[in-house]
Amino acid sequence: MEATIEVSGLRKRFGSAQALDGMSFTVLPGQVTGFVGPNGAGKSTTMRIILGLDAADAGTALIGGAAYRTLRHPLSHVGALLDAAALQPSRSARNHLLWLAHSQGLGGRRADEVLALTGLASVARRKAGGYSLGMRQRLGIAAALLGDPPVIMMDEPFNGMDPEGIVWMRGFLKSLAAEGRAVLVSSHLMSELQDTADHLIVIGRGQVIADTSVAALIEAASGERVELRTPARTEAMTVLAHAGATVAATAPGRLTVCGLPAQKIVAVLTDGHVPFTEVAAHRASLEEAYMELTKDAVEFPAGGARR
Amino acid sequence: MTVMTPYRSGQRPGPDGFAQSLHAEWTKFRTVRGWVIAMIAAVVVAAGIGLLGTGAGTSTCQHAGGGPQRTGAACMITFAVGPGGEAVSDSFYFVRQPLTGDATITVRVTSLTGLLPSSSPNGPPAPTRPGLEEWAKAGIIIKQGTNQGSPYAAVMVAAGHGVRMQWNYTEDASGLPGAVGAASPRWLRLTRAGDVITGYDSADGTRWTQVATVTLPGLPSTVQAGLFTASPGDNQETQNFGGGVSGGGGPTQATAVIDRVSGLAGPLTGEYVGAATGSGIGQYRQAGGQFTVTGSGDIAPIPAGHGGPADSAATLTSYLLGTFAGLIALTVVAAMFMTAEYRRNLIRVTLAASPRRGRTLAAKAVVIGAVAFVAGLVSATVAVVAGTAITHARGYYGFPVAGPTVVRVVLGTAALAAVSAVLALAIGSMVRRSATAVAIAIAAIVLPYFLAVAAVVPLGAADWLLRITPAAGFALQQPYPAYPQVTAIYSALSGYFPLAPAAGLAVLCGWTAVALAGAAWLLRRRDA
Repeated sequence: MEATIEVSGLRKRFGSAQALDGMSFTVLPGQVTGFVGPNGAGKSTTMRIILGLDAADAGTALIGGAAYRTLRHPLSHVGALLDAAALQPSRSARNHLLWLAHSQGLGGRRADEVLALTGLASVARRKAGGYSLGMRQRLGIAAALLGDPPVIMMDEPFNGMDPEGIVWMRGFLKSLAAEGRAVLVSSHLMSELQDTADHLIVIGRGQVIADTSVAALIEAASGERVELRTPARTEAMTVLAHAGATVAATAPGRLTVCGLPAQKIVAVLTDGHVPFTEVAAHRASLEEAYMELTKDAVEFPAGGARR
Repeated sequence: MTVMTPYRSGQRPGPDGFAQSLHAEWTKFRTVRGWVIAMIAAVVVAAGIGLLGTGAGTSTCQHAGGGPQRTGAACMITFAVGPGGEAVSDSFYFVRQPLTGDATITVRVTSLTGLLPSSSPNGPPAPTRPGLEEWAKAGIIIKQGTNQGSPYAAVMVAAGHGVRMQWNYTEDASGLPGAVGAASPRWLRLTRAGDVITGYDSADGTRWTQVATVTLPGLPSTVQAGLFTASPGDNQETQNFGGGVSGGGGPTQATAVIDRVSGLAGPLTGEYVGAATGSGIGQYRQAGGQFTVTGSGDIAPIPAGHGGPADSAATLTSYLLGTFAGLIALTVVAAMFMTAEYRRNLIRVTLAASPRRGRTLAAKAVVIGAVAFVAGLVSATVAVVAGTAITHARGYYGFPVAGPTVVRVVLGTAALAAVSAVLALAIGSMVRRSATAVAIAIAAIVLPYFLAVAAVVPLGAADWLLRITPAAGFALQQPYPAYPQVTAIYSALSGYFPLAPAAGLAVLCGWTAVALAGAAWLLRRRDA
């Protein structure tokens, strides 16, 4: 089985709300794919449809080429964490994993393995109802790993985690991807995915807005602006303009250069024997890039309802 | 982009089938301590209520004819036991002679009149008012002997039920309809050929119709044969709100005029068989070929239950009276076995692990059904075994019941619990909310039974409730048959149900099948 999620043309309506409006994307193995968008953009709905829990009005969602509902031992194909609170509170963590294991024809030994893997072994016999949200997230991850699946899908796994847990989660997700798994992680906060996701699927209003690598997204948002600090302002402006760049003076000893990459600027200035003290490519933050992309797609923007 | 080797799951799962779904659902059930405790509580409560009724309290009684009030074991009543092991009354006025070998007896009945009790200001009711109890009867009887409960066959006229042939207390067949009188006499004939006795009737003494033919195995060569009259006690009792029985009755008597007697050659003896209900009630006169036979009592089975002669006897029904309480606990657990999944969206985890939804529902149904079956079996076994033991130890009279019937009642209680649990689960699956599901399940299964038992609704309405609602399944617990030929209050409180056990189970199963089909349809159709 190919470790992929292929979503194609999904549409889903809840009453008068069009939750998904032609959602299409592919999640590839070996990387963490961030699934980001404002609240209400359709992240959870898409994930429920991928898992066969909700039926799409149109379109398909395939795991390695097969519809989820046709999978045998589905937990060995896809591990999912949708809602860490989806527990019987009076059942112990180990027993929660035990019935899941039994449903897949697995035994209690596998439950113990994933408990150890997620650091819950010492509290495994306690009632899950007494767990903190962070512990429940770990238990949800343990459940997702039960079948050792090549595809992992998590809905807002950072919610409720303390900083230490977030660091652990990031490393964990990366290590899962490094093993060759396809990892899809949703979040409504881009900052949570910074330094974790390799690839991003940005959605808004039930559609994909951007499907791109993190580097490309930042580059696109940054433009080709370079900040230059030089004591020889006039000479610098002359040689750079000559080389085809647009130069603007922003402050004494400071220039903003557009139209040339930073390396080229350094080369032009060196060739023209113009002194400079600093050349810095301006980098937009991931958050900025995301805000730029989704500003039209926010369902409920701050400062007043749109509908 | 780097090319990666696709990840291969390190887990080699076992088979993926119904067995895995079952295993998972069983693990789910047994790992919630509250559910396990509730099931044990259901067993304890169900058995305990019945035993409490058996073991506690002291029964008081007073002879129908008056006398001091007695308590406890002094109240113990006993009944004659018929050939089938059932309690019978075997009291009637018998004008008899020994009869050896095959024979044919023919008579004509020209009149059947009687007296009904009327309450007198000072003393118990006595038969003084003209009238007939509907099952007052007179005719020909061939009986193994005069010992109580011995086998017999008889053909007779019954006051309100035409010509009957009855044998061995429980059996009853109908012949010519209509009341007997001077204008409409009834000719009766009883023939014996070995073990086989055949009854005939005729309106004119020439054209005869067979009423029934029966075999009384092991009938001795010499039997007692002759004319008889019996008239059961008047039963004017009614069931009250709450289940109690009130009203009363008293002894009755009937007098038959019989002539054209043939086949009875020897000297006849008039004798009261069994206990006479009042002095001077049984007698006969012979004038020429005409016999006038007066008697009271009945040759019939005694129905168990309230308001009858066996009112104070301990019955299987009283041992199992706690079933409804156990069922309430059971339906709560069974409904929650499903609704708890919806409460916290656990259903999504379940259906992600087992996407074949019909199979998952079936696995849940099998698990909760099996658990409830065992609970019902344990509870009913404990109630019946302990109840019987307590009754014996306290010296009370346990109403006789056949062994296979006990097994059916115990297994039936288990089946009632199992199917009810599956019904509650299906309701829970459809409505998805614990409180609503439990309310509907209890209203469907336990409430109709409770209304009927407590006589909150009239007997007729109660019968309909117990026919058409899932509570029809309580019919599995009926330990004693109702006898059309014996007037009594055949109510749910006494353990009588309007449907046969299998029919009651079928009604309950029908509701459950419909609910389960609806649950499966909705589970497949709805987003989880």
